[in-house]
Amino acid sequence: MTDDIQVWVKVAAFIGGGMAMGFGAIGAAIGEGYTAAKANEAIARSPQISGDLFKTMLLGQAIAETASIFALIIAMLLLFADFSNVSTLTISIFLSSGLCMGLGAIGSGIGSGLPTGEACTGIVRQPGMKNRITTIMLAGSAIAQSPAIFALVTSLILLFVDFTGRPVSPTWAAIIGAGFASGLGAIGSGIGEGLVAKSGCEGIARQPLAATRTTNVMLLGMAVTETTAIYGLLIACILIFKSFPAAESIASSMALLGAGLCMGIGAIGPGIGEGFTAQSAVKWISRSESSTAQLTRSMLVGQAVAESTGIYALVISLVLIFVI
Amino acid sequence: MAIEGTHIVQAAAFLGAGLSMGLGAIGPGVGEGLAAAKACEAIGKNPVEAGLLTRTMLVGQAVSESTGIYALVIALLLLFVV
Repeated sequence: MTDDIQVWVKVAAFIGGGMAMGFGAIGAAIGEGYTAAKANEAIARSPQISGDLFKTMLLGQAIAETASIFALIIAMLLLFADFSNVSTLTISIFLSSGLCMGLGAIGSGIGSGLPTGEACTGIVRQPGMKNRITTIMLAGSAIAQSPAIFALVTSLILLFVDFTGRPVSPTWAAIIGAGFASGLGAIGSGIGEGLVAKSGCEGIARQPLAATRTTNVMLLGMAVTETTAIYGLLIACILIFKSFPAAESIASSMALLGAGLCMGIGAIGPGIGEGFTAQSAVKWISRSESSTAQLTRSMLVGQAVAESTGIYALVISLVLIFVI
Repeated sequence: MAIEGTHIVQAAAFLGAGLSMGLGAIGPGVGEGLAAAKACEAIGKNPVEAGLLTRTMLVGQAVSESTGIYALVIALLLLFVV
């Protein structure tokens, strides 16, 4: 019987590793492709500063690449995991860890590529503002990476927390649910934050005098967009660290799996929507100084309303975990 | 451990509730974000009408919120009533 479990643990580790790297490659490739396309466009417009543009492109692509490097690390950890001391729960741990990192890298990969593309266009428009634009680009891309870092943290916690002594049912479902919550929950925020940072770079290049207020509102908008990814991380941590009593019924397992899926999928829409809102607000704040206060207020109100469905998903997840 | 029919039905209700609210949150989230984005654009172009634009934005968002609330209602029905 022990051999049997080892076989299935290996199957889970290899499928998990494949999913981690397979899903994890999607986002970074799209983001870096967008960056390269914008860089080519920019070099065609001003070939005389092609050296600067090439450097900016590579710098931005390196940041966008991090998301898929995280996925590579988790895939490697899964492929070369220790298969000598395993239990039934290890099967779901390996599957969930791979899924979590793979899905979590999609949004940040796409999101981190967006500001760099816009930075290349901006440097062509205002070569004198090169340093300022690059700084904002780096800050924006780095913040857009944070949802992927949440997914990495969840994957590593899953791999290294000791689950011995926990009942197989329903803990297996809590583990898979945690992977979905953190992994899927990172997609929306990653893309949304990338959109905000993109319009931050554009705004500073168009209106260099508005750099300070544009940066402030950009950071505020990104922070609000981040919240849904934090909900995903929160639900994942609850699912991992709360010890659930043994239950024979399949219903309690499905409640925990449903909680993870609910929060993960439910975080995608609000994350992207809040990103759209802040993107537009940042764009117009850079152009019209007089309406900064009104635009910031409208942005926050709009984001709060878009957040509401994410909060519904959080409530349903918490009900599934604590009430049912 | 015999799997009983009532357990399977209950399991499906829980999973269905999670999927309902999760998938149901995507559309309103993106849609309300777009509405607010366009409102910000309009306020940027015409700050004098900020009050009117914010009101219109909120009404539009409330309408697109409705499908999210349907998903919430169905999820709660699946959890507590059915």
